[in-house]
Amino acid sequence: MAMSWNSRRVIGAVKRVTPQWKSIVARKQGDLLPTLRLFPFPFIGDGSDGVFPRRFQSTEAEKMLELSADRSLEFPGGKVTFVSSMNFLAEASAERVHCYRTLDESGQPLMSSKFLEVSEEVAVRMYTAMVTLSQMDSIFYEAQRQGRISFYVTSIGEEAINIASAAALTDDDLIVPQYREPGVLLWRGFSLQEFANQCFSNKADYGKGRQMPVHYGSNKLNYFTVASTIASQLPHAVGAAYSLKMDKRDACVVTYFGDGGSSEGDFHAALNFAAVMDAPVIFICRNNGWAISTPTSDQFRSDGVVVRGQAYGVRSIRVDGNDALAVYSAVQSAREMAISEQRPILIEALTYRAGHHTTSDDSTKYRPADEIQLWRTSGDPVTRFRKWIECNGWWNNAAENELRSNTRQQILNAIQVAEKVEKPPVADLFTDVYDVPPPNLQEQERLLRETILRHPADYPENVPF
Amino acid sequence: MAAAANPTKRLSKLLSSQSLFRRFSSTPEAQPTEKSLNLCSAVNQALHIALESDPKSYVFGEDVGFGGVFRCTVGLADRFGKARVFNTPLCEQGIVGFGIGLAAMGNRAIAEIQFADYIFPAFDQIVNEAAKFRYRSGNQFNCGGLTIRAPYGAVGHGGHYHSQSPEAFFCHVPGIKVVIPRSPYQAKGLLLSCIRDPNPVVFFEPKWLYRLAVEEVPEHDYMLPLSEAEVIREGSDLTMVGWGAQLAIMQEACRDAEKEGISCELIDLKTLLPWDKEMVEASVKKTGRLLISHEAPVTGGFGAEISASIVERCFSRLEAPVARVCGLDTPFPLVFEPFYMPTKNKILDAIRSTVNY
Repeated sequence: MAMSWNSRRVIGAVKRVTPQWKSIVARKQGDLLPTLRLFPFPFIGDGSDGVFPRRFQSTEAEKMLELSADRSLEFPGGKVTFVSSMNFLAEASAERVHCYRTLDESGQPLMSSKFLEVSEEVAVRMYTAMVTLSQMDSIFYEAQRQGRISFYVTSIGEEAINIASAAALTDDDLIVPQYREPGVLLWRGFSLQEFANQCFSNKADYGKGRQMPVHYGSNKLNYFTVASTIASQLPHAVGAAYSLKMDKRDACVVTYFGDGGSSEGDFHAALNFAAVMDAPVIFICRNNGWAISTPTSDQFRSDGVVVRGQAYGVRSIRVDGNDALAVYSAVQSAREMAISEQRPILIEALTYRAGHHTTSDDSTKYRPADEIQLWRTSGDPVTRFRKWIECNGWWNNAAENELRSNTRQQILNAIQVAEKVEKPPVADLFTDVYDVPPPNLQEQERLLRETILRHPADYPENVPF
Repeated sequence: MAAAANPTKRLSKLLSSQSLFRRFSSTPEAQPTEKSLNLCSAVNQALHIALESDPKSYVFGEDVGFGGVFRCTVGLADRFGKARVFNTPLCEQGIVGFGIGLAAMGNRAIAEIQFADYIFPAFDQIVNEAAKFRYRSGNQFNCGGLTIRAPYGAVGHGGHYHSQSPEAFFCHVPGIKVVIPRSPYQAKGLLLSCIRDPNPVVFFEPKWLYRLAVEEVPEHDYMLPLSEAEVIREGSDLTMVGWGAQLAIMQEACRDAEKEGISCELIDLKTLLPWDKEMVEASVKKTGRLLISHEAPVTGGFGAEISASIVERCFSRLEAPVARVCGLDTPFPLVFEPFYMPTKNKILDAIRSTVNY
């Protein structure tokens, strides 16, 4: 059913609201609405001023509108076509956005699947890194359970996103991480010892023992330091990408976040800024289903995160986050577009947080154990990738056993070494607040040192004076 | 966002005259390269110099492209191009977050928040991100190139959301600096220092003075030191500490007190974080009395911090309780602004009762 407004009254009302707006519709011969003006927003009145903007009975004018369907409005952003039928956009499309995948659960390429070539060398390196990451997670998690480190966050179940996205980038690309992407650092050469030093807060930790475990960062490896805050890194990624753009660098920024992070205001700010500023930045959402205990059904009503991209004018793709080949292909293609076309790209990787949120969490309290088990077995991204490289004849049991045994030993060694290194000195408490400590901090350091000398038992012995 | 607030007749009534601000002139000698400038033009000149002297510097914020609602960024986009001087979407957390990322790549990011009243959506980015960026990375990364400019304070008709003085919130945050200039000469020199300082700075501009305050400002590039207060009027009976636009009111009170035989020393703090405690301490040790005045609500205002610090350091030298003449603990009220404000006579009353304690 077609409907129209009482145009004369609408005109009167809107004229008061936006008096500066100019009419853009061309008058046509025989047009029964010669005074029709078109406005950026239909006036929605409450009737209190005698103006009811919506009259739902048919009029002659409506028929004429139907006849002139070619009418359009030159509106900021481009031409908008008028139609006489009132259609609301659906809240969702009939079918959910498809998910790009290359390998099935048994590691077999899908029929006619398209993905970028990965050499044996790169594939084996990727697999090795995925296994190393998952082993590091298991052992560090146990170290936390034994009380040797205070806290830990695993990336279990998200190894493919971590490693495959890293493998698709170059070292010139800047990483602006959340906190569940240590695999990117691992791929870039952060050593097991460096990971352990950070988690044990010893004096070799680049962060000087100031942040909780897993808050890694490396200037050398182009990886911003992790913060516990959610999504607040996303606008930084846009600013950094704008810098790369201005410096005409052959590089982009890649930033990560979770399904929960997509609810933060900073997510909106970053997507919108990136689009407006044509910034070469890739947003990778690890949609792992859970924000601590909050399932995505309590997080948003949209079809995940991928659909938000279009609303901001950002090209987007949904990818199977547990398919390393698909992640690799999507990220490498995104990188190519981000740099050559100077535009942001949004990637939503569907995955599952197969571990607890952190060591302070027991996720069996809010989700079924068999769901976790399913994702840890048939859904496991490491196993799937192993099956694929085995099928290619690039991997076998002997290599697997050797890798796992060597890696385990290296991680245990790294922990033992890190544990013995002393903590950062008290002086590091006061440096880096500013480029140089101002008088108030100098005074506080002096007073604290006097207090320590008076009450040495109050302070940890392993922090050098 | 909101309509620009222009200083009007009401303001002029509250402030006695433009010449008031000329007395603040801290220019040593008039030089041929100086020009009479208002505070808005002084800020504009500083931004021109900042962009000219460093090709890796950027100016951005809501409406800055056409010159800004207060006209502080006039001419910048024409001269330096839209890639370096640009509008942003209307989103303060985005502006500051973007600025942090830009600064972390070694650029000077000069962000404008249209009114200090609207800085709060960016509070998390300032407090949790900018302020901790260097510390949390162990100095592997920093965003020291970030300067956030925001007009603050009363204008006579700004109501709740075009009048606030939120400086105290930011003075509680280790890792940032907070700077407020009192005059055009100060604004230019301090802003250039903030832009070039290797730490993130929040620079609050007294919008009341944008057009009202005029003084001789050298055309050349100069910087004024941060964290150094300045005695702008010497006295022996009472130390008065303030910053920004409030100093004009305090100056008037000083002059009237002088007629009554009371000699007031007036200190412009300029940098509130980290602040020049030593200069205030030395003055109070001389005068034995302290009065602090600011527009922001008295409870939890930065005056409280100054008061506590000086009592700690000068307890035995104080001859009267520390006085605070500040805004009331209400939201900033439109029609009641003359009642809310720490006016000259409120200050004069406090001067008298402190001296006669």
